[in-house]
Amino acid sequence: MRHLSTILVTLYAGLIYLFIFLPVVVLVLFSFQDGSLPVPPLNGLTLRWYEAIFADGKLMAALGNSLLVALISSAVACVLGFLAAYAFARYTLPASGLLRGLIVAPMTVSTLIIGLGLLSILNITGMRLSLVTVGIGHVVINLPLCFAIIYASMGGHQVNIERAARDLGAKDWQVMLLVTAPMLLPSILAAFFLSVTFSWDEFIVAFLLSRFDVTLPVEIWSMLRSGLDPKTNAIGSVVFLISVAFLVVMEFTVFRKTGKSS
Amino acid sequence: MTADVSIRNATKVFGSFRALDDVSLDIAAGEFIVLLGPSGCGKTTLLSILGGFIEPTSGTISIGGEDMTHVSPAKRPTTTMFQDYALFPHMCLRDNVGFGLRMRGMGKAERFEKAFSYLDLVGLRASSAKKPHELSGGQRQRVALARALAVDPHVLLLDEPLGALDLKLRRQMQDELKAIQKRVGTTFVHVTHDQEEAMAIADRIVVMNKGRIEDVGTPASIYMRPRSLFSAGFMGEANFLPATVRGTSGSEAQVETTLGRVALPASAFVSGSPAVGKDVTLCIRPEHFRNANADVPTVSLGRGRITGSAFFGTHHRCHVAAGDTVLTAHLPQTDNPEAGAELDLRLKADSIVVLQDGAGV
Repeated sequence: MRHLSTILVTLYAGLIYLFIFLPVVVLVLFSFQDGSLPVPPLNGLTLRWYEAIFADGKLMAALGNSLLVALISSAVACVLGFLAAYAFARYTLPASGLLRGLIVAPMTVSTLIIGLGLLSILNITGMRLSLVTVGIGHVVINLPLCFAIIYASMGGHQVNIERAARDLGAKDWQVMLLVTAPMLLPSILAAFFLSVTFSWDEFIVAFLLSRFDVTLPVEIWSMLRSGLDPKTNAIGSVVFLISVAFLVVMEFTVFRKTGKSS
Repeated sequence: MTADVSIRNATKVFGSFRALDDVSLDIAAGEFIVLLGPSGCGKTTLLSILGGFIEPTSGTISIGGEDMTHVSPAKRPTTTMFQDYALFPHMCLRDNVGFGLRMRGMGKAERFEKAFSYLDLVGLRASSAKKPHELSGGQRQRVALARALAVDPHVLLLDEPLGALDLKLRRQMQDELKAIQKRVGTTFVHVTHDQEEAMAIADRIVVMNKGRIEDVGTPASIYMRPRSLFSAGFMGEANFLPATVRGTSGSEAQVETTLGRVALPASAFVSGSPAVGKDVTLCIRPEHFRNANADVPTVSLGRGRITGSAFFGTHHRCHVAAGDTVLTAHLPQTDNPEAGAELDLRLKADSIVVLQDGAGV
């Protein structure tokens, strides 16, 4: 009886993981397809689709754009999120509960609506669509996340440490830069890397707010319109690999930091 | 460096709560002052006002003759050593201790040298590259002290810094604090609720209660000659015996207690000369119920019966019933007090302190 339940639980867990990872495995597997259709049967293994994507200037430019937008917009979101969290945690603000709610509210709004709203604002202001506008969109999406993560890690025990810094002559900006931010580094890094992976994958806002220079998801989408091709599998695998790399870096840095500090 | 501190009529009101009520105190340069009192007595509020973390509702603070009432903590010649040490967790000890100097724009080489010398002072030079989390509680304590002293404050404020340490380490740190204070000569203002700690380190103790100062003096004078009931009760154990003044004659006064009439020297009346008919309280330390020598004037409160005793190492602590009154007496460790035994309640006349009811400072 006990034996049977162990088998069932193992089977169940196996199915869950299969369900989650099968699409990725298929995607990666058929990126090596020796043939022009990324569907079974697997004819043989080849790296030529990878050669093709790395030789594709448009695709590589989009990849560069994506990295640039992800890194810069995440950095901006983290700085803004940190400043907002600092204000809410250290000062008594009027209606602070309401204001805090409003900052995180965009997390619950669909990116489609945020994208459309930004698009109409940009139209009104006459600002041209570019990677900058995509970056702005990503800041809007990621700021609530960065704020929430950083705010959650700001506790009362750091107040006395900041007080000590002030007592020793530090000005407000020195307290923030030399004491508060380094103390919160694990959560700031977590916010940054999470935000990078979101921005890296983000399609809707990037699609709505870009024109000539596009990010990788938008470029992949336009490739898909011309039909299935193992090349899309190959670039998809690269996207997946880079996402995983960011997550690993985050796990490593954040885990290492929090593991060390007492 | 060192400076005197003068607090004039400091009052702090939080809503309807008077945390500090018209407190005036003068502290000499280089003095080791301990603010002693139970939680909520206003001692930490007074320290925060000295450090500039809160502004008094009214009254003034001056340090070294300069008015500091509205000066920010960074611009005061004070530094604070916090209860939880408040070390910078991401910096090594050298950078922790050098932080204040860095804020003052001191160059790296000079700063490091000075940081090392202060780490040397607290015996942690060899650990200068370590981070605070690698240290024990007592070591963090020392780093916090070094960091606060490194900027040459005129006045060092210590907010219950030994509260988190175990008893043995606390004793050791008390001795170290005292020794370091003597060496650097800085004025120390130390807050604690532990009367033993206060006696161990203070030049002068300031006993506080309900936002007011109850008593100020050396540890010996506060213990032997307390000037208020609160002060007598907070600094060690005391028996309080209600009495009424019945007559005065020259250097003596007759008082009527529930244990009979006794004659006390006028010098026992620490809060004003005795007036006939006045209600007073006799304050008797438990260890004074020991057979007094015959060649000094003694006072007898009759005889009592021991109802229970416990051995405390340095003494036996006994409960003694005398009439309806229950007294506490500390008998010598070599005695063998047994329940039911009789005790002669005789003590030196000058060991009794008479406090007028409702008297403060």
